[in-house]
Amino acid sequence: MVLNQKKENISFWDGTLSLSEFYVGASAFAEKWRLLHHAVPPWSWIPCSRVPWPSTREVDGYLSLEKFNIFRSSEYVLHLEQDDQEEGPNEIEEASCSGKGKPFDNAVVVQRCSPEVYYSDLHIVYSASYKVPVLYFRVYSSDGQTIELNNIEKFLPVSSAKVLRESKWTFITQEEHPYLRRPWYTLHPCGTGEWMKLLLLADAALAANGFTSEQYIVSWMSVVGQVVGIQIPHQLLNG
Amino acid sequence: MKGKSMGSGRETQKYIWEGAIPLQIHLHESEITTLPSPPPVLILAPRIGYLPLLVPLIKPQFSSTLPPGVDTVWFEYKGLPLKWYIPTGVLFDLLCAEPERPWNLTSYVTLCCSILTTSNDVLNFKVHFRGFPGNVLVPCEGEESVKWSFINSLKEAAYIINGNCKNVMNMSQPDQMELWHSVLNGNMDAYLRISSKLKLGTVTDDYMVKSNASALHSQQSSSDMDGMGPVKTGRIPVRLYVWSVSEDFVDLEDAPPVDGWDKILYINRPVEIHKEEGKCFTLGDAVRSLLPELFTDIPSITEEISRIESEDEQRSGLGDEGSTKSTEVNTETLDGGVNSGSASSCPEIKLIRIQGIEPKMEIPFSWVVNNLKNPEHFLHICVCVRVLQPVAI
Repeated sequence: MVLNQKKENISFWDGTLSLSEFYVGASAFAEKWRLLHHAVPPWSWIPCSRVPWPSTREVDGYLSLEKFNIFRSSEYVLHLEQDDQEEGPNEIEEASCSGKGKPFDNAVVVQRCSPEVYYSDLHIVYSASYKVPVLYFRVYSSDGQTIELNNIEKFLPVSSAKVLRESKWTFITQEEHPYLRRPWYTLHPCGTGEWMKLLLLADAALAANGFTSEQYIVSWMSVVGQVVGIQIPHQLLNG
Repeated sequence: MKGKSMGSGRETQKYIWEGAIPLQIHLHESEITTLPSPPPVLILAPRIGYLPLLVPLIKPQFSSTLPPGVDTVWFEYKGLPLKWYIPTGVLFDLLCAEPERPWNLTSYVTLCCSILTTSNDVLNFKVHFRGFPGNVLVPCEGEESVKWSFINSLKEAAYIINGNCKNVMNMSQPDQMELWHSVLNGNMDAYLRISSKLKLGTVTDDYMVKSNASALHSQQSSSDMDGMGPVKTGRIPVRLYVWSVSEDFVDLEDAPPVDGWDKILYINRPVEIHKEEGKCFTLGDAVRSLLPELFTDIPSITEEISRIESEDEQRSGLGDEGSTKSTEVNTETLDGGVNSGSASSCPEIKLIRIQGIEPKMEIPFSWVVNNLKNPEHFLHICVCVRVLQPVAI
């Protein structure tokens, strides 16, 4: 779905998505990710009805990337950068104007000090309250032991770990996963609409021509992914 | 409150703020280190409060029997660990179909011990919570956790109502503290004073404005509430808890206990008030918008009201007063209609409970929201639904 019907009064756009735009964007994002990267686990749409009777809601579910090997992902990112140095840094630079304004340092993702393998599950859930995507995630060791909040910062990029220490209650907290009903970590979505608006309107081409919900999800992921140390391949950013 | 006419905003809010549930808290036997075991603690828990806030009051009474190093306390009811971020009144409405007084809860304590390891692992220490049901409950670090859960909910409500949460984000530290303390201490006047700065307003409905002029609402002007004017987005923050039962029951006391959170469906989705000329958006319409599947065989409540209204008007030849009457008439029709409609395949609503009362479905939703919402501006609705076949959520 193209959001460019909002083009004419895009300056009034509040940076949010509807549920069906989210679904369309998330599905397209997952498909492109799958085509571009066979080596990493795919994102998949998990249809999931919350009601114990036949649902009449058109789309209900979330986008999921499970058992993402944290070390492999970092090596993957580094590898990717070396391959595409001529265009890579530009894209990354652009993607990092997240409002927090901290350029992302890939090297910090790598927790070289530990020989253990850790995994991460990432779910992107639509928030009906904020009308934006929200990231839920968990980190666990190879024996399935979940990493508790006190230790989670060791698995985050340095910049995120710093924000986590400074804003313990308003950045990453444990909340109930809306579908799984179990405690997961989540990134607070209260500012998402605002920074998404800044991010997308800062791009003159997008601001002039409108953008698709897929581009919305990619841009969103380019910021949120950095917080948890997952880099969006720049081919996706290029559309 | 049952049987009373709709009170003014402040009067009803006062009932809510003063509402409390008598709790009888037993220390779980596995936690007792001395004999004889300590007697249970009786305490009045505010409806709008949260269970962890009672811990400082309870702990001293159990302290003699507890081993040192107690860190976290959590509560269970009939084997179900209670989610601390749900207001106490909502837990009671949801889990005690037939209100139990005092409400018998069991408290558990967890010991927190840090085990230092000498290796250079990524994890140089691990925190062990003995027996804490971490797969179900989000850990609670006492009052601070509860406060931030409250503020994050308030932020979410503000976003739903105004389309942004700047007023909450930009609150000064002292105001934020005062707001939290007003909730903590059940000080409604202080709460109203501070929260009016958030400009979250009250919900107005054209229908309500119209009927304000009628006898029913003559006591209630909008200034009775917050006086902040209508909401901007027409969206109302609602948290809906649906308890599904598979067996039918006639008396609430025969209702089966809730033995797992998987029996409770939780919907955190705003309700959009659809304003239609001459129609009142009712509580039934709100529930219907969240659970449309439960209303498939029954005509829309709005339609039903308008049908009865017009019949009534024809009979009585009265305008506003007629519609007031029709609400009364409607009560019985709809109670029967929604609850026991088709004795069939369709899931049926057994019970709707908000702040301990069982409001009629045709009450104007704006009244319900303005008067029965919690201080974080969410309206918590508990619904019991009978489904024919138990399906895991």
